[in-house]
Amino acid sequence: MTSLIHDLPARKARSTDTFVRGVLFIVSLISILTTIGIVFVLLQETLYFFSEVSLAQFFLDTRWTPLFVSRRFGIWPLVNGTLLVSFIALLVALPLGLLAAIFMSEYASPGVRGWLKPTLEILAGIPTVVYGYFALNFVTPWLQKIFPQTQIFNALSAGLVMGFMILPLVASLSEDAIASVPYSLREAAYSLGATRWETVTQVLIPAAFSGITAAFILAFSRAVGETMIVAIAAGQQPKLTLNVLESIETMTAYIVQVSLGDTPQQSLAFRTIFAVGMMLFLMTLIMNLLSYYIARRVREVYQ
Amino acid sequence: MPETIIEIRNLSVWYGNFHAIRDVTLPIYRNAITAIIGPSGCGKSTLLRSLNRMNELIPGVQTTGEVLYQGQNIYAPGVDPVSVRRRIGMVFQKPNPFPKSIYENIAWGVRINGFRGSKAELDAVVENALRQAALWDEVKHKLHESGFSLSGGQQQRLCIARTIALRPEVILMDEPASALDPIATLRIEELMQALKKDFTIVVVTHNMQQAARVSDYTAMMMLVEETRTGTVIEFGETQKIFTHPSDKRTEDYVTGRFG
Ligand SMILES: Nc1ncnc2c1ncn2[C@@H]1O[C@H](COP(=O)(O)OP(=O)(O)OP(=O)(O)O)[C@@H](O)[C@H]1O
Ligand SMILES: [Mg+2]
Repeated sequence: MTSLIHDLPARKARSTDTFVRGVLFIVSLISILTTIGIVFVLLQETLYFFSEVSLAQFFLDTRWTPLFVSRRFGIWPLVNGTLLVSFIALLVALPLGLLAAIFMSEYASPGVRGWLKPTLEILAGIPTVVYGYFALNFVTPWLQKIFPQTQIFNALSAGLVMGFMILPLVASLSEDAIASVPYSLREAAYSLGATRWETVTQVLIPAAFSGITAAFILAFSRAVGETMIVAIAAGQQPKLTLNVLESIETMTAYIVQVSLGDTPQQSLAFRTIFAVGMMLFLMTLIMNLLSYYIARRVREVYQ
Repeated sequence: MPETIIEIRNLSVWYGNFHAIRDVTLPIYRNAITAIIGPSGCGKSTLLRSLNRMNELIPGVQTTGEVLYQGQNIYAPGVDPVSVRRRIGMVFQKPNPFPKSIYENIAWGVRINGFRGSKAELDAVVENALRQAALWDEVKHKLHESGFSLSGGQQQRLCIARTIALRPEVILMDEPASALDPIATLRIEELMQALKKDFTIVVVTHNMQQAARVSDYTAMMMLVEETRTGTVIEFGETQKIFTHPSDKRTEDYVTGRFG
């Protein structure tokens, strides 16, 4: 008798389980297949591209002019533009983001934290096109007042604004890393007569180092992949320059330029965007893997 | 009459609206071990953590009354809690070494408290602290390995070493041996006895035998039933508390008829 009563609901629960598991499996399969499909197309088009342009040309030439009559396919001007803007962005986002994280996790009262965190998340939710026009219409004119030689499109304006765009990401991930340091370490530090600042800088940040590094790398990868701001505000001139007041072009902005332009789909000029895309993909992939690996290490230390 | 180093007067602590301990008045005698005993949740840790202002790191804590350390109220306006904690150190229930080397675990506290000596002098401070914590022989060959590489009992002695390296006057210990095995516990108890001549120790313990074995004075805490507020119901020499307690509740507790 009792076994009958117990059997029925158990079997029902098991069949629901199987169903849910099946649905989840299909959903994750779809997302994995999509990714594989994207990478496959990217790879295929990249291979077409490299059947016409040699790797040597791609990596050794210093000019990128695939849309002109005198075609050159040196990727470095685009990489340079990308890195230049990214570094400016990181120069803003890393220190400010880390300070914001420290403030939120160690200094702010629960009340202040209660509104600061959501505010930062709203900042993260602003469409990047808004940031782009903000850079072009507000920051650039303001830069031109300080440095009259500033061009309309320039790396500095885009980089500064991008820095504020990725700041919430840095702040939020670093805060998670700092907050996950066991409370007992804070107690240890304070009980030895450490000030709050000593505790933060000499105990908590070293203890959260891997997590913070992972946050920084992720921010870098986000900056490298950011498209809208640079497409609007940084210009379309692939240049090997370190002058941040000049117009440059990033890899992402180049892809936008070509895909929105009138370049014929099957032409070599059009295929350049896949080669550039592959380069971009590899750069961000490596950084994401690095950040994942580092973040996992920190978790192992504290278990 | 023994010399009083800390005088607790009418101390009350709230966590938000919750009145955790009330009207505690208690002396702490110099170069003696004072045990705080009582059933779980009666506010022993709260009382202990109020003695070096560790409690105020918890949001929403409110403290009234006085804790006179060598005659000066540590809760008076203008008193820096950092300097209080430097004089009144603390050892926690679960060993909590820093994720640094054994050497750095000790040197760090010394350095942030303004040590300006040479490397050799710092080495000597570290060695002395480790010797005094009865850990030196076990770790002298691996000072630069991580503090986490030690056993639980060794980690706890490392935490004691880093506390005594600052030469505080008082060491507060919150169930310092409750996470350790009996042998490691015994070593901590021996260590406490040895440290008594240089330091004053206040120890919270759940273990009646431990309180009876190590302490000179005992404070018995209990919850006042209606409000669940804790307070000290009896204080005296340990021997007297354990053999002729004057309060019936103390007698029930120490003989194991309660809690
Ligand atoms: N951070 C806190 N926030 C709110 N209430 C707290 C906090 N810490 C302790 N309390 C409450 O204060 C009372 C006393 O706690 P305390 O930790 O001082 O007791 P204890 O005697 O040390 O107990 P135990 O023997 O279990 O360690 C308990 O009711 C507890 O729930
Ligand atoms: Mg306790």
